[in-house]
Formats: sequence, structure tokens, C-alpha cells
Amino acid sequence: MENFTPISAIIGGGLIGLGALLLLAGSGRIAGISGITAGALFSKNDKSWRLAFVAGLLVAPFLFRLFIADFSFPVPELSWQLLLAGLLVGLGTGWGNGCTSGHGICGVSRCSVRSVIATLVFMLTGLLTASIMH
Amino acid sequence: MPLLIAFLSGLLMSAGIIVSQMVNPEKVLAFLNVTDNWDPSLLLVMAAALCVYTIGYQLTLRRQNPCYAASFNLPAKGKVDLSLVLGAALFGTGWGLSGYCPGPAIIALSSGSIATLGFCAAMITGWFISRRINMI
Repeated sequence: MENFTPISAIIGGGLIGLGALLLLAGSGRIAGISGITAGALFSKNDKSWRLAFVAGLLVAPFLFRLFIADFSFPVPELSWQLLLAGLLVGLGTGWGNGCTSGHGICGVSRCSVRSVIATLVFMLTGLLTASIMH
Repeated sequence: MPLLIAFLSGLLMSAGIIVSQMVNPEKVLAFLNVTDNWDPSLLLVMAAALCVYTIGYQLTLRRQNPCYAASFNLPAKGKVDLSLVLGAALFGTGWGLSGYCPGPAIIALSSGSIATLGFCAAMITGWFISRRINMI
């Protein structure tokens, strides 16, 4: 457990919660990153606020480097396995109607049965896959 | 105003994903892979976000309406169906293979990595297909 980073995990998690809460209190919407981004790309109406949300996601790392602290993080190597993973994440969050943010944080907080089940299923399959494959 | 709210919401969530290091797929995989040198950080990220959102949700819903919209637009309580469960299982499998879920993958595009771009392109293809073809 020498890689455990509790302080940054709690601060970061708190910020994620606050960001999601802002969208609820301000616009009355659920901050599901997969649904909002897919909607920004493919839905016919209500595109502008979704695009603004995705712009916030994309711009943050640059603003963070500029005003708070420089940081870097490892990225994976390009492989067929990575592309397959991307396809599975897209299909799965599309058909399952949500990802870690929409189901895992917003849905579970609202005690939505669908979101609790979805979160248990993707956590369990994620743990199994990573534990077997890595 | 709704555009600014949405932009700031994305900005804050992205900052949280950066601060918690969840933008690093190796960090996520160190949580998901329980067999070797387990790192429980992701669990604390989820717990902190859940605490903030659960309390905030209860306080917010005391209002009749959101601050800058006519009404709340929340998903109806639906049934658990096969599409939800199998979809979540496919997502979990892709997540466990790569260490990327949608938010961190989009944010990691800032690195300029071709691999991350490839992942996002494949993910967007998946979204496109899921909107054209019903799972069951």
C-alpha cells in the first residue's frame, strides 16, 4: 500500500463532487461525463451546454498547469488491446446509460437502484479484468 | 448562464480527476488489480465525491427549481434491465483492460498521446454504435 495517496484522493474526490453538484444546483442536471459527451457529439438538440461542459473538461489541465502546478502523468502504449478497451467503454457506457460519474457518483448518491447495480457490476468486472490481465 | 455553469462544472470535475491522479491509468489499475501492491486511493476518491454530492443533493432538492433553469431534469427511476447490466459489464471490462473510464480518457487528451487519442476515438465509435443499435 506504499502508493496510497489519501490526501490528494480526498481533495480530488471532493472537487469532483462539487463540480457535479454545481451542474445539479445550477442547471438541474446529472453530471454524467459519458452521456454528456456522447450527447455533445451526437444529439440533435441541447448541444450547447454539453459542449461547454466538455470544453471545461478539456481546458482544465492547461489552466491547472498555468495557474496551480505543473504536472504530468503516464499514458498507455497504443495497442489493439487499448483500442478494444475504448470500444468496450463506449459501447458499455452507451448501452448501460452511464459511467463512473453518472452512475458511480450521482446515481449512487441519489440511491438510484439502477445506478447502484450498474456501479457494482462495473466495479466487479473492472477488478476481475485488471486482476487477471495485469 | 447555463453555459457558464456547465463549463465550470466540467472544469471542477476535471481538476478533481487531475488532483486525485485518476487521470493516470496506472493509478486506477493499481486499485482495480487487487493481486499486487493494492492502492485503495480510488475508493477514497469515490467516497469523498459521494459525501459531497449526497449532502449537496439533499440540500439542493429542497429548492423548487435549480438556480438557472426552469426545472430539475433528473432521470426517472427505471427498472434494472439486461441492457444496463450487460452494458455495465462491458464498460467494467474495458475499464479493467485500460485503466481509462470516459472522464480521465478525455482529460488525458491534453498530453497529446496518440494512444489516448486512439482510445477516445474507439470510445466515441462505441457511443455512436450504441445509439444506432439496441443491445437487446
